[in-house]
Amino acid sequence: MDFSSLFGCISSASCLVTQSISGLTIGMLLFLVASGLSLIFGVLKITNFAHGSFYMLGAYFALTVYQVTNNYFLAVCAAALGVGLFGVLFERFLIRRIYGSNVLMQLLLSYAVILILDDVVMLVWGSEFQAMGMPEMFRVPPLRFAGAYIPAFYIFLILAAFAIAGGLWFLIEKTRFGKVVRAAAHNGDMASALGINTSLLYSVTLGLGGVLAGLAGGLAAPVRSLVPGMGMSILIESFIVTVIGGMGSIMGAFLSAIIIGLTRSFGGIVMPEFTEGLMFLVMVIVLIVKPTGLFSKGQD
Amino acid sequence: MRIDSFTKYCVVALVVFALLSVVPLITDDISILDMGIVICAHGLFAMSLNLLVGRTGLLSFGHGGFYATGAYSFGLLMQTGAFSIPAAFALTIVFVAALSAMVAILCVRLNETYFTFLTLAVQMLFYNIILSWTSLTGGDQGLLGGIPKPVFLSVDLVNPVHLYLFCSAIFLVCIVLLYQITQSPFGYTLKMIRDNTERARFLGIAVNRYKVASFTLAGAFAGIAGMFMALFVSGAYPSFAYWTMSGDGIFMIMLGGMNTFLGPLVGAIMLITLNDLTTIYTDHYGLVLGSFILVFVLGLRRGLLDFIIEVIRDRRAPRKDNKKHPASPKKEDLQ
Repeated sequence: MDFSSLFGCISSASCLVTQSISGLTIGMLLFLVASGLSLIFGVLKITNFAHGSFYMLGAYFALTVYQVTNNYFLAVCAAALGVGLFGVLFERFLIRRIYGSNVLMQLLLSYAVILILDDVVMLVWGSEFQAMGMPEMFRVPPLRFAGAYIPAFYIFLILAAFAIAGGLWFLIEKTRFGKVVRAAAHNGDMASALGINTSLLYSVTLGLGGVLAGLAGGLAAPVRSLVPGMGMSILIESFIVTVIGGMGSIMGAFLSAIIIGLTRSFGGIVMPEFTEGLMFLVMVIVLIVKPTGLFSKGQD
Repeated sequence: MRIDSFTKYCVVALVVFALLSVVPLITDDISILDMGIVICAHGLFAMSLNLLVGRTGLLSFGHGGFYATGAYSFGLLMQTGAFSIPAAFALTIVFVAALSAMVAILCVRLNETYFTFLTLAVQMLFYNIILSWTSLTGGDQGLLGGIPKPVFLSVDLVNPVHLYLFCSAIFLVCIVLLYQITQSPFGYTLKMIRDNTERARFLGIAVNRYKVASFTLAGAFAGIAGMFMALFVSGAYPSFAYWTMSGDGIFMIMLGGMNTFLGPLVGAIMLITLNDLTTIYTDHYGLVLGSFILVFVLGLRRGLLDFIIEVIRDRRAPRKDNKKHPASPKKEDLQ
């Protein structure tokens, strides 16, 4: 453990800025995946273990569209729509068949989908590491702030994620659709009895979760290397984020994603080989102290 | 009465052991014995996990942690050179049981989903401790330097035939013990807790204590399975503690069937065979295994052995009611 270098970093403005930005970048990608995970859990009461693979699909979709069109925005949109569509199909043809059966069956189903998607990606895009490279429009000199150099793309990524978070908040809290979602999350049977088409809602929810995961994949593609199985690690981390923030809570996911992102970037200075362990330690403590998550409204 | 049935199980186990010990006599193929050892390790792992999942209704996603602890502590004890194999074996069981009791006390207070998450998090904590405590565990290289296997009672575990017989014997002892546990009043109490926790509580059962006991026992058996593996690979690897290990255990249970005592063992054999076949004949391991699981989930909707037993039961039982498909009795029990 190396606490002196942590203090060294905190007292230096440039290091503080660099680490905070890198933590926020990690956190925002986590938020996009975790919010979908949380949304799906809230409405359908299932844990979509295949969500990491959705993110992977998004990254690969973006890669291909970018290589063909050379337009990054188009690539991100295609990733979001493509994975959203995949989410809807996933619900219609697979998840739908096992509602009401054992929780373990859902687990097994997601696992099968993870295995299949990893292999399909390997067949289509190959098993080697691939990089999208920085899109042309972001190939500008990094911004200088408090002595730290910040790549323009990181700023874009963080701002985009904030915008998406805001949009999501508006959608859930202020629109009729959001009301339906919250009603179904609170009591699916009652919502259904009151005439809400829950069957359609379930598809839309998985679609929305897919869109979020696709966006995360598209935004991550320029800064992360693409490889089959890349969904696994982000799945585990967004899982931690969801649990700490409270399952089903979007706001909680947002705050805890930032906490986890910063824990990773600053924890990496103190004990680089135990950063992941640190996150799980936080998760264990939160679960023991307040199982419903730090930012839940306290209803058990 | 119970002593009689216990004797019966022991006789069955002895007969099975006699059959298993014939295998090395008829074949020189080491790979068959190796597979036997792997089945012992994974089968015991899955069956111990099913004491929690199928019997107590506790979906633990952290079982691999105890498997790994068993493997690592046994390996480390043997590497000190101060212990004979039986001594290290016994010490490891005590240690793993104590550890799983502590984890259990932490976890059983939470219900359902949160219990699962907490066990997963604890296991991943184990995993990261193993990875980062390099001086003790060898980090991501695994426990290096091999595990010494001094001869005891003229059993030489360096010899694959001896190792095979040793593992199968202990495996069978464990199976008999597990069966005895499920058939005991204790086992039936666990079943009641699974089916209706509230009722159990009203009847004055200290539910959490029973859950802790079940978790501790399951952890200890998983530790034994880990020791089999440590002996087999002569080392221990962090992947034993990775969450996929627990995932595999759950898949074995699901493939074989959780409501039948031997289901998880059947599932373990199925998964191991499937793994072997897909890696030999195809490069697309995930595609084949994934599709297979998908067929199971969407087609049978239950484990193989559960399915077979339900079919047999349906055939035997005369149709009392007019319904063509009587609701399968156990499907909703585990909600």
